[in-house]
Amino acid sequence: MKRFVLGLLAATAMATSAFAEDIQPALLFDLGGKFDKSFNEAAYNGAEKFKTESGIPYVEFEVSNASQREQALRRFAEDGRNPVVMVGFSWSDALTKIADEFPETKFAIIDMVVDKPNVRSVVFKEEEGSYLAGVMAGMASKSKKVGFVGGMDIPLIRKFGCGYVGGAKAAGATDVIQNMTGDTPAAWNDPTKGGEIAKSQIDQGADVIYAAAGGTGVGVLQAAADAGKLGIGVDSNQNGLLPGKILTSMIKRVDVAVYDAFTTAKDGSFKPGINVLGLKEDGVGVAMDDNNKPLVTPEMTAAVDKAKADIIAGTIKVHDYMSDNQCPY
Amino acid sequence: MDFLNALVLILDSTIRLSVPLLLACLAGLYSERAGVFDIGLEGKMLAGAFAGAAGAAVTGSAWLGLLCGILVSVGMALVHGFASITHRGNQIVSGVAINFIAAGSTIILGQAWFQQGGRTPALGAAQRFEAIELPGAAALRDVPLIGQIYSELISGHSLLTYFAFLMVPFTWWVLYRTRFGLRLRAVGENPAAVDTAGVSVAWLRYRAVICTGILTGIAGCYLSMVQNAGFVKDMTAGKGFIALAALIFAKWKPVNAMFACLLFGFLDAASIRLQGTPIMGVRVPVQLMQALPYILTVILLAGFIGKAIPPRAGGVPYVKER
Repeated sequence: MKRFVLGLLAATAMATSAFAEDIQPALLFDLGGKFDKSFNEAAYNGAEKFKTESGIPYVEFEVSNASQREQALRRFAEDGRNPVVMVGFSWSDALTKIADEFPETKFAIIDMVVDKPNVRSVVFKEEEGSYLAGVMAGMASKSKKVGFVGGMDIPLIRKFGCGYVGGAKAAGATDVIQNMTGDTPAAWNDPTKGGEIAKSQIDQGADVIYAAAGGTGVGVLQAAADAGKLGIGVDSNQNGLLPGKILTSMIKRVDVAVYDAFTTAKDGSFKPGINVLGLKEDGVGVAMDDNNKPLVTPEMTAAVDKAKADIIAGTIKVHDYMSDNQCPY
Repeated sequence: MDFLNALVLILDSTIRLSVPLLLACLAGLYSERAGVFDIGLEGKMLAGAFAGAAGAAVTGSAWLGLLCGILVSVGMALVHGFASITHRGNQIVSGVAINFIAAGSTIILGQAWFQQGGRTPALGAAQRFEAIELPGAAALRDVPLIGQIYSELISGHSLLTYFAFLMVPFTWWVLYRTRFGLRLRAVGENPAAVDTAGVSVAWLRYRAVICTGILTGIAGCYLSMVQNAGFVKDMTAGKGFIALAALIFAKWKPVNAMFACLLFGFLDAASIRLQGTPIMGVRVPVQLMQALPYILTVILLAGFIGKAIPPRAGGVPYVKER
């Protein structure tokens, strides 16, 4: 009998250890939705890549209002989902609370720093990628006026704008028109208003417009294309949305961040702490492909390469808006 | 000159932004004047926007898309009619239900048909209603003031925009100069009198509800096929409710409705245009600019328009006495 119990215990122990290898990853999207062709979709692509490579399925959740966040997070943690990855700064409040309640669960949050022992925070140096986008915009612009359309008015989006202004001015643009879509999360999903803002900027003389606005950006890019101007996409490679009408896209490798979190959890090397991904780490960049090839001149490529090298070497320091809530450009 | 230029551009934007409001507002006017409150304008617009974009994407024709949009929207209007006219249900509940059905089903169907997370594919030029140049717009462009107003403000909109503004005098004419309009108004004030005169209350109300469906369908198509190129979830973004507010604001009169919608559109356009630009040397905070339309709405509603009296039989299902 004793032997049997011991055997049973051993079997259980083995079973649990086998279970620990078999991770049950969960992914939580932000408002804007899984298929926003931008930020959330990048996360989705990363998770899908993990699924095809490892064969491990994951569960996902799209929030439709802020009150669902804590509930959804707790639910996933209670169900034993591990790791739980969430994309978007808005998750930070809910996560700060839940991370303490489930110390065994590995969490990862993208775009925000949550300082807990079981949380990996992944943040990007958007200002660096936006700087490169700005350089291209400044060179492509004929009127030397360029536009920026942000989503919700938050420091993170201002950070995109600030880097962009820096790059555009460095490349000779005289004026950067900056607009935000709104003050509420609905601003991530209002393409009509985005289009109207873009038209207003075009009327004011802008001929290259950078949209950092999630789903709203689709309207911005469409309006720019309709008026025969150029748009710049964000987060995912959006060049293919309107081929030949989008100068480039500032890519933020959210997909890599999600993929990384899943794979490191799988092989047991998941590390909590803060991950900062910039140009040096290939976490941000500008998209070059067949869709925007005709728009990109050799001078532009050279200027972008130079700016990139300078930023990595530290000779150009792109200002981080979030460090002091100011933009010196 | 610079100021004038900016003003013309704001007004141009005002027109674009007020068209969906105007169409939805006139839609609500038909229904509410006939005594059927319709809180489901938003849902019908959304369904129309989706059906229009989906139809255009599949058939490749903007006109067939518009037809789909109108048909679906009329279908939902008839559901509302069936619940609230035939079965004398609560009109508010039925309207809210329409909103929920539209919000959910557009995403589900969109995902099932196009696999793009509830979007429709991006529409090309042939599948949208493009801006049309009115004759002489190019020639008059250089004439000061008049030329600019004509070529930028009046010309260069889509067909649906002109349709929306022509609907205003047309609606006025229908309501006040035709037999149908007289009966429509009567059925909203005193359905018993209409019934006594031997006219079917239910059939009249059904016809009013169908008019509502047609107009909300067009409003939805304007959103997905003119202002945007394709459907995106929840793209109406509360416009149906703003139209409802405009309707109350306009005291259920077509010409007033136009001005109310233009006012809402103007405030929206101004907040977009003036964002970040200094006014008289002062940099106005973005938040204030964005809140301005709502603040002004509250002030105007509270203080300036006087009492808005809805049609007397509004919201009350008609029961024949036996």
